[in-house]
Amino acid sequence: MLSTEIIYKIILILAVFTVTLVVALYSTFAERKVAAVLQDRYGPNRAGPLGMFQPFADGVKMFTKEEFIPGNADKQLFILGPSIAMLTCLMTGAVIPWGGDLTIGDYIFKLQVTDINIGILYLLGVVSVGVYGIMIGGWASNNKYSLLGALRASSQMISYEIAMGLALIALVMMTGSLSLGEIVRQQDEGLANIVYQPLGFLIFLVCAFAETNRAPFDLPETESELVGGYHTEFSSMKLGFYLFSEYINMFISSALIATLYFGGYNFPFQHSLGIEGNALSIVQTVVFFGKIFFFIFFYMWVRWTIPRFRYDQLMKLGWKTLIPLAILNLFITGIVIGFKNGFFN
Amino acid sequence: MITQYLFYFLTFTAIFCALLVVFSKNPIYSALYLIVTFFATAGHYFLLNAQFLGAVHVIVYAGAIMVLFIYVIMMLNLNKEVEPHKSNIIKIAATVCGGILGLVLIAALRETELGEITEYSNNGIGLIEKLGNVLFGAYMVPFEISTVLFLSAMVGAVFLSKKNIH
Amino acid sequence: MEIIKGVPLTSYILLCSMLFSIGVLGVLYRRNALVIFMCIELMLNSVNLLLVAFSRYYSDSNAQVFVFFIMAVAAAEVSVGLAILMMIYRNTKTTDIDALNKLKF
Repeated sequence: MLSTEIIYKIILILAVFTVTLVVALYSTFAERKVAAVLQDRYGPNRAGPLGMFQPFADGVKMFTKEEFIPGNADKQLFILGPSIAMLTCLMTGAVIPWGGDLTIGDYIFKLQVTDINIGILYLLGVVSVGVYGIMIGGWASNNKYSLLGALRASSQMISYEIAMGLALIALVMMTGSLSLGEIVRQQDEGLANIVYQPLGFLIFLVCAFAETNRAPFDLPETESELVGGYHTEFSSMKLGFYLFSEYINMFISSALIATLYFGGYNFPFQHSLGIEGNALSIVQTVVFFGKIFFFIFFYMWVRWTIPRFRYDQLMKLGWKTLIPLAILNLFITGIVIGFKNGFFN
Repeated sequence: MITQYLFYFLTFTAIFCALLVVFSKNPIYSALYLIVTFFATAGHYFLLNAQFLGAVHVIVYAGAIMVLFIYVIMMLNLNKEVEPHKSNIIKIAATVCGGILGLVLIAALRETELGEITEYSNNGIGLIEKLGNVLFGAYMVPFEISTVLFLSAMVGAVFLSKKNIH
Repeated sequence: MEIIKGVPLTSYILLCSMLFSIGVLGVLYRRNALVIFMCIELMLNSVNLLLVAFSRYYSDSNAQVFVFFIMAVAAAEVSVGLAILMMIYRNTKTTDIDALNKLKF
């Protein structure tokens, strides 16, 4: 009984790991293809049919490049930096519900690694630890440009974490639960949370862009203006880890946006289709991945459409626009909940 | 006894890294070891079934306070070369004092009479629902005052770090 | 009395007193104001842990609320304290506490 559960969890963890890595791998390819479509080019089309093997070629390139550690760098921290970046972005997938329940024989298998009752706090904790990867990597390089890049990147991430947390608090006030599984189940019974929290969603979306260091907030990297940000001194697979963790973060944050605001694995009229049980769960998972892929596409769409912010504009947006808006959102949510519970009568 | 093993592992990590905080030469290593200590403490919280506090501990200490510390260390560019050191005599005296304090604390607390508990129950006191009811019930006023504390701290920090104030 | 399976409350008391004395040792041992500050955080932490252990022992939530407030105070303290440290560094170009001896008799 217990052993079945443990074996299932191990399989599920491995599956989530694999899916995350494969999606991130192909996001790199998709990014180049989307960029090509938006700029009226072909994009990568040499390796394999339609260029499908391009990510593997990139991977081989990353692995076989010379591994260079600068002479004055702090060696342990230099290795620790990319490892933390990779570790934290892979940890987030543990609390996301990927689909409904599967029933095989007598067992009910949840398609969620763990439904802890502090899921959202776990997410915030992991996100806040993710800053260390960048800070330590930039500091350990012993290079002024890396240090400045790390300071820029970390202050950007810290600033946008606040607005993100405030947007999530409004959501938590509304749903009354910190468990992601429960939040998704509530959206099955009622409407998706985007209907009740449009402003919160907008704030969360902008903050997610800033947290993943994606355009228009890709100031830490700024590939067309700077030498490079915090990862200037990194080469080979250590650089690969940093770049790859960005794509994993993109995948995870897309999954989070879909989970928190767009009903997770639920879709409209799912109970009147005439399918139930395992078939419904599988369809739900497919729908969930459809939503995730849409948001990944949205990330890329924005990257190739909107120009980059200046650093002072970025800080101004974070501190003077998003945080007051998030507090306003919190205030309005509180008043509406008060009205509903008869607090003002 | 998995909880026992976990307890000893976390305890060992916490104390070992706490010692390294004190004895590392480079301030950034001190900060990193302190983060590990905080994670071990968070592990203890989870072990004691105080899940909410464990999560808040990670967010506040590891996610905010230590980031600020590392940020300041990076900005002031402190490293091994500029690290000031006390003379050896003071170091030895400090170690002896710390050790004696530890001994006294342990000796005193080992013999304490703990109050009798009539009923030992695991009623989920660390869960967020229970804690929220206590926090927004009996401790409503202190909670509100703590927000004023935060505001004053914020104003103070901004005021102190401004360069030219007349 | 065991508070979690196989671990008596005394173990937690021992752990917390050791952590606290290490914090005190750090304050006495180091000259860098930042590290001293970190050691103060360590002491606050050991007290927090002991409060949570006692709260588990008595099955009482109040202690955990106190831990929550201590965390809030610690966060406020760090933000102001680091700002003061930055000011000191700006004026003396060092974080050595022994450099601040102007008020010494």
